[in-house]
Amino acid sequence: MINFDYIKAGSAKAAIETRIKNTASQFIAGGTNLVDLMKKGVTVPEVLIDINGLPLKQISKDAAGITIGALALNSDVAENEIVKTKYPLLAQALNAGASAQLRNMATIAGNIMQRTRCTYFYDTTMPCNKREPGTGCGAAAGYNRMHAIFGTSEKCIAVHPSDMCVALAALNATVQVSGSKKERKIEFNDFHRLPGDAPEMDNSLQPGELITSIHIPVNTFNKNHYLKIRDRASYAFALVSVALSMEVNAGVIKSARLAMGGVAHKPWRLTDVENYLAGKNISEKIFKEAADLAMKDAKTYQHNGFKIKLGKAAVIEALTKATA
Amino acid sequence: MDKQKPNESRRSFIKNSTALAALSLSPVALVKAAENDDKIASLFEKLSLQLEVNGEVHKLSVEPRVTLLDLLREQLGLTGTKKGCDHGQCGACTVHVDGKRINSCLSLVVMNTGKKITTIEGLANGEQLHPMQEAFLKHDGFQCGYCTPGQIMSAICCVKEGHADSHAEIREYMSGNICRCGAYPNIVDAITEVKKGGQPL
Repeated sequence: MINFDYIKAGSAKAAIETRIKNTASQFIAGGTNLVDLMKKGVTVPEVLIDINGLPLKQISKDAAGITIGALALNSDVAENEIVKTKYPLLAQALNAGASAQLRNMATIAGNIMQRTRCTYFYDTTMPCNKREPGTGCGAAAGYNRMHAIFGTSEKCIAVHPSDMCVALAALNATVQVSGSKKERKIEFNDFHRLPGDAPEMDNSLQPGELITSIHIPVNTFNKNHYLKIRDRASYAFALVSVALSMEVNAGVIKSARLAMGGVAHKPWRLTDVENYLAGKNISEKIFKEAADLAMKDAKTYQHNGFKIKLGKAAVIEALTKATA
Repeated sequence: MDKQKPNESRRSFIKNSTALAALSLSPVALVKAAENDDKIASLFEKLSLQLEVNGEVHKLSVEPRVTLLDLLREQLGLTGTKKGCDHGQCGACTVHVDGKRINSCLSLVVMNTGKKITTIEGLANGEQLHPMQEAFLKHDGFQCGYCTPGQIMSAICCVKEGHADSHAEIREYMSGNICRCGAYPNIVDAITEVKKGGQPL
């Protein structure tokens, strides 16, 4: 690992100012992804700004929902009683991600900010427009079994690796950020970007902006299920995943939220399917039609064609399990 | 041994060698060379900090890039903690930080200032093994043994966290520890016994 200067931030303001002053600086929280990227030479910061001392670990409930501090640990959030009872989808998604050790280190904001695990992004001897704009996409004509089927561009077909973010997308979370001049809220579904012509930009944060918390609004969902399909039973990134929340009364779906992971550069919200499901009676036929609709616009590559069949099956299974 | 010395000598070596080279240079180049000296020297800058490992406080001087794993093994001689993948994928490097299990390969030492670290060497009380160590021996929870320190450190927390109520739950919450020999059934048995025994861990 190439060495760097290490600064412990005493306040969010100081952290942001230092970050803006030095474009080759990075915030570090849990470090589970960043330290790995630094070992691989994918990210080479000159200055690391340690934000772990900032008072951003609180989890608090109010009438409008729940606010989770940026530095709350993935494990603490997954084990939080309010989260487990009122937002079970989030707890399930968190526990589906990484390992117990990593969840004890990784923070909520770090989970949101983690980079893709595309092997071409991680291998500095390979072309990658995300790591080094203009070098090309190694995955498009390479080994792309893990890659995206929605929202891809010629420049990049990587997927966002988070499970938690898929649940947050379905739950209409917002991300609270601080910049040098102002604070602002970003709707979760606007936070991560599609690759387009600038795959080096994972999200809509402005230079120097720091995530301080996330907020999840209260909901009336009584059926929640996070389904993750992967190459082994645990501790692997999703081939596809489905985050599903529904309000179901007497066999009728009043409202539904659905997002998928492992299929796009951002958590893939399926509003068409949500609209289709609203008002329908629960049935196998409806679930199958929802699954077909979910995969309608999928575009596959040489090695990931299986994701269409798998994605449909995953949507059906999530709907079936949630309503069982 | 004074850990500061190699650092100082390297730094002064860089300064001296550039200063010698600068004798033959013009004044402008000399100023530039001096600026570079500071830049190069700062790359080897070490930070002073204190770390409590297995109840013993260590005064250390480390570069920011040193991971907790490398510090334990290479500076403190605690080689029980293993380097498997060095990328947080195998769990061989699992230690406890303030009682929580973490991957020491992905944690920078400088981020652990003031925290209490426990490694596999810190579990036994003299000749008296920790209950989890006893259980691994009794159930033959290993073959080559390379993953074992990480498995044991992780297993203790698995029970403490309350995630050892069934074989399925143990497997899920121990999934961050890979055993390429495949001792999993015996590891699960060892953890189950400790959980049922209810001893303080």
